[in-house]
Amino acid sequence: MRVALFLTCVNDALYPDTGRAVVTVLERLGVEVDFPTGQTCCGQPQYNTGYRRETEPLVRRMAEVFADYDHVVTPSGSCAAMVRDNYPRIGARTRAEGRGTALERAAGALVPKVHELTEFLVDVLGVTDVGASFPHTVTYHPSCHGLRMLGLGDRPRRLLQAVRGLNLVELPGAEECCGFGGTFAVKNAAVSTAMGQDKVRNARSTGAEVLCGADNSCLMHLGGLLHRQDEPLRALHIAEILAATEDLPDGPPTRPTNGPTDGPTESLVVSA
Amino acid sequence: MSRTFIGMPAFPKAAAVSTQNRQMRANLTHATHTIRDKRARAVAELDDWAELRLAGKQIKDRTLARLDEYLVQAEAAVTAAGGTVHWAADAAEANRIVADLVKATGEREVVKVKSMATQEIGLNEALAAEGITAYETDLAELIVQLGDDLPSHILVPAIHRNRGEIREIFRDNMASWGRPAPEGLTDTPADLAEAARLHLREKFLRAKVAVSGANFLVAETGTLVVLESEGNGRMCLTLPETLISVVGIEKVVPTWQDLEVFLQLLPRSSTAERMNPYTSTWTGAADGDGPSDFHLVLLDNGRTDTLADQVGRQALRCIRCSACLNVCPVYERAGGHAYGSPYPGPIGAILTPQLRGLQSEVDASLPYASSLCGACYEVCPVAIDIPEVLVHLREKVAEQGGAGHRLERAAMKSASWLLDHPAAYSTALKASRLARGVQPRRLPLPGAAKAWTDSRDLPPLPEQSFRSWWKERTPDQSDRNKPNAPNARTEPTDRDQQDGAN
Repeated sequence: MRVALFLTCVNDALYPDTGRAVVTVLERLGVEVDFPTGQTCCGQPQYNTGYRRETEPLVRRMAEVFADYDHVVTPSGSCAAMVRDNYPRIGARTRAEGRGTALERAAGALVPKVHELTEFLVDVLGVTDVGASFPHTVTYHPSCHGLRMLGLGDRPRRLLQAVRGLNLVELPGAEECCGFGGTFAVKNAAVSTAMGQDKVRNARSTGAEVLCGADNSCLMHLGGLLHRQDEPLRALHIAEILAATEDLPDGPPTRPTNGPTDGPTESLVVSA
Repeated sequence: MSRTFIGMPAFPKAAAVSTQNRQMRANLTHATHTIRDKRARAVAELDDWAELRLAGKQIKDRTLARLDEYLVQAEAAVTAAGGTVHWAADAAEANRIVADLVKATGEREVVKVKSMATQEIGLNEALAAEGITAYETDLAELIVQLGDDLPSHILVPAIHRNRGEIREIFRDNMASWGRPAPEGLTDTPADLAEAARLHLREKFLRAKVAVSGANFLVAETGTLVVLESEGNGRMCLTLPETLISVVGIEKVVPTWQDLEVFLQLLPRSSTAERMNPYTSTWTGAADGDGPSDFHLVLLDNGRTDTLADQVGRQALRCIRCSACLNVCPVYERAGGHAYGSPYPGPIGAILTPQLRGLQSEVDASLPYASSLCGACYEVCPVAIDIPEVLVHLREKVAEQGGAGHRLERAAMKSASWLLDHPAAYSTALKASRLARGVQPRRLPLPGAAKAWTDSRDLPPLPEQSFRSWWKERTPDQSDRNKPNAPNARTEPTDRDQQDGAN
């Protein structure tokens, strides 16, 4: 089984721990994971902001980059839904505009291969116990695109319930949007924040230590609110919980423990 | 009503104010959660809901595809039944037709059945300008009218008000519109309803002219249908001598058999009832049985233009149930007035910009008034994919340029270029430019950084991107040596480096 990790741009740049966690979990389950470096971004920010034409080269790129794999796994319900729901739509619109059928065909070949992480674990590998240990109280927020577009259902909860030591508590109003919504978060900051604060209040009411989600973009929004309010509650991607074991309580190490370590290291200078 | 939606600010500006209104937020949260839960239970009772929903969608689509034929059929049937049909291309024409018809009766006042179409065209204001007073008889419309307010919900126009506020509105304003509120009026629902009943009764008994809309127009017989809960509609439709109905052309259904589907879909979606208390149907006019003079005003007002848009036309399937409003987290927090139109919430965000166009500031802002969470699509009884239409309309807004969109387009274009050149992308990541680029701080939107950091901290920048870690971990990348794969372009070219460094 040739499995490619489609990490998404947000995870690559801002949440590499999530990517490492996915690799850890899949390798622990005996899956050989590849990360084709030609991948960049699925184009969701462009598409959802009204720049369909600008997403076309990215659709083409995604189809080419993952052409040789049997399965493509992504730790983002939102980006998986972008591919599954909108790529065929973009292809069809391109055809309708008289610009050929190539994009539609490329999208059509990619779509059935793309799985969100919890879908891949439960449906393709048939696993709910991934051998994780995480002795904490956790509440789970199902992000909208995973919930409503992909229909992830109880898969994430089943995976969490099988984690040793994990106490899963129900989040009130779980199915309500957290308010991130991509560029909505800044174009309509007031409403986005109001929605996020209600979500955070509900999460806090559960007494959980960890607010778990399967989409780091939503968690960036919720984590940003929590951090601003000095909340002890922390936002964490489900992959990082599933990667945690008794030996590695905080998930995988952040630097490679074997192999060459003299590669280029990045010094990050944050400009004001 | 002297207040109108004309000249409202863009949605984000209006919502920034309305989200701070704690009383409105509390009223709306209570009301929408109550009705959404009831709706879910009412829908769960039927094991063929999915099939009904599909049937509703298909009947509407089939009708819209041959709308011209059905309208002509409806016109012929209404005329044969003794009614008169008028065609109005836009709001101004519809208002003029109605005003002229009322003036021809010699009357100076009309009673109204709750109607979205007449809200849409601003009929009450147009009649007032002609010296004609229009009395709203739906309880929530009455509350809005007495309070010199604007409707904020399709089904419950006064949903933003609570019992205490309604008591004050009745106590302070009923006298200037007719029979005053009873002494010692309390805020119990029964008391408030009785006050409204007494106040309205004299209007029902006095009125010679009524104005209504319609939920459906059955083409085969020319029959109009109104569904309601209170009975005020039945009064207006049966007591006066003259009845004028303003109906959007998309309200046509071909046959009575088609009604069977919608009479199940609408009440459960709208009021969470198995069946609404009053379903009134009328065909033309008859002496000695209801109004003897009946006029149907068929309203286009942007509908034909909407029909021309292959993606956007699905908005015309809407049966005005308001289920999408009741589940919308944005509507719940911003309130209906922020949408600058009688059609608020998710359906308003796709209907208003199509009926009115995208020229005004508020109309161009509506397609963005959504987090695309999809709850509206899930509950829509005629399966309108509202998120799909929202994104489609955003494309139109972006194309027409305007405030902030030129900068946005340029940034999206350059981002797309960078994302299609992994070597340059890698370089940019290394320089950490892109890591900041995917953060709100660096989004190509005016004021994005402040909009984010006013309420939220930014995530810390990791020491190393994932791809950089991966490279160290797997020095012999298996996928790098495939000819013709896009990765063959991963070796930076001079151009990549030049552009990527900008």
